[in-house]
Amino acid sequence: MSATLMDAWYEASARQRLSGLLDEDSFMEFIGPEQRETSPHLSLFNLPEQFDDGMIVGRGRLNGAPVLIAAQEGRFMGGAFGEVHGAKLTGLLRAARGIASMPVLILFDTGGVRLQEANAGELAIAEIMRALIQARLAGVPVIGLIGGRAGCYGGGGLIAACCSALAVSEQGRIGVSGPEVIETNRGVKEFNASDRVLVWRTMGGKHRLLMGGAEIFSDDSMASFREAARYLIAHAPAMTTATLEAEQSRLEQRIARFGGFEDSLEIWRSMGADDAKAIPGLTYQEFVVLADMLEEPRHDAR
Amino acid sequence: MEQLNYRHVAAKRANGSKAQALVGVVASGNLEVLVERTLPDGECEVDIRTADEGFGKLWQAVVADFVERRSPGGLKLSINDGGARPDMIALRLAQAVRAVEGERS
Repeated sequence: MSATLMDAWYEASARQRLSGLLDEDSFMEFIGPEQRETSPHLSLFNLPEQFDDGMIVGRGRLNGAPVLIAAQEGRFMGGAFGEVHGAKLTGLLRAARGIASMPVLILFDTGGVRLQEANAGELAIAEIMRALIQARLAGVPVIGLIGGRAGCYGGGGLIAACCSALAVSEQGRIGVSGPEVIETNRGVKEFNASDRVLVWRTMGGKHRLLMGGAEIFSDDSMASFREAARYLIAHAPAMTTATLEAEQSRLEQRIARFGGFEDSLEIWRSMGADDAKAIPGLTYQEFVVLADMLEEPRHDAR
Repeated sequence: MEQLNYRHVAAKRANGSKAQALVGVVASGNLEVLVERTLPDGECEVDIRTADEGFGKLWQAVVADFVERRSPGGLKLSINDGGARPDMIALRLAQAVRAVEGERS
């Protein structure tokens, strides 16, 4: 199924994703744009604010069941975390911990921390991770959905790694240091950020899924992300010591198996993909069939 | 940053009963418009914050044209501007009124 333009996740705004994902007219926003809770920092740099600071939080229903939900607007300052932007997500996660029965969906679309409010942004990332882990310890599934233009980088990548489970589309990218950051710090020989094919096969949705960095591969559509969210809420692993130990052991196995390779193509071949070069060109359905055969064994950990 | 504010008399009240709507995004060459139904039926206010200083006359002309075409009585429109061109501004203003009148944006 190829998504129509109106249905495409990648092209949609944060608000369009919320209305496409949730049951019709079920979204109720907390601290909406009319409250003008904008960044206290941007005007110091002569930069325009956005009324929701690029972060929309609220509650809604998914197939009839109540959820708490947050969405980042990737086109406003690259979806970056500032003080207010971050505080809204922290507050949502703390509410989730208190309620303890409503799952949380986070629609990531971010390059990381907003440089103009770096200290406040970094603190926000730490506060969000703490609140997220506390919510998970209270039994709340926290599900990340990644398929936006800005990907999920920097502190956003750290937060995603704390989630119970992730769904990613082919367009979605997950990482901490983005392509340009790696090239700037380590040189073009280490990573050529202008090589789009390299960027996607290293950080893109297909590779993340095969490596076990995301649980579900979603098509680039509202319907596919909705189905992924519903499935992951129902199957989210508990946050226990056993979960963390299983994750640690899985990461050790992964680095033992793949640590010597230079490129994801070599990893895919070693997983048994005979025609590894064809993987980036596979359609959603072709890839899902292949991934079911190749994927790393499933653990209740990530 | 420059703040601009224009108040107009509108010939008729904007349709519908929705209290507010938000369209657009603050990005390069783009803008967001928050529209709120908070004024008396015959009034309209447009409040603009922009990083591109010195374009007051252009804004004034675009806003006056918008009020004449759409007659957005009762609406307060608040704009955060990311350096949008006049054609984009006109489209977003029209989209904001459609959104608050309840048509699909």
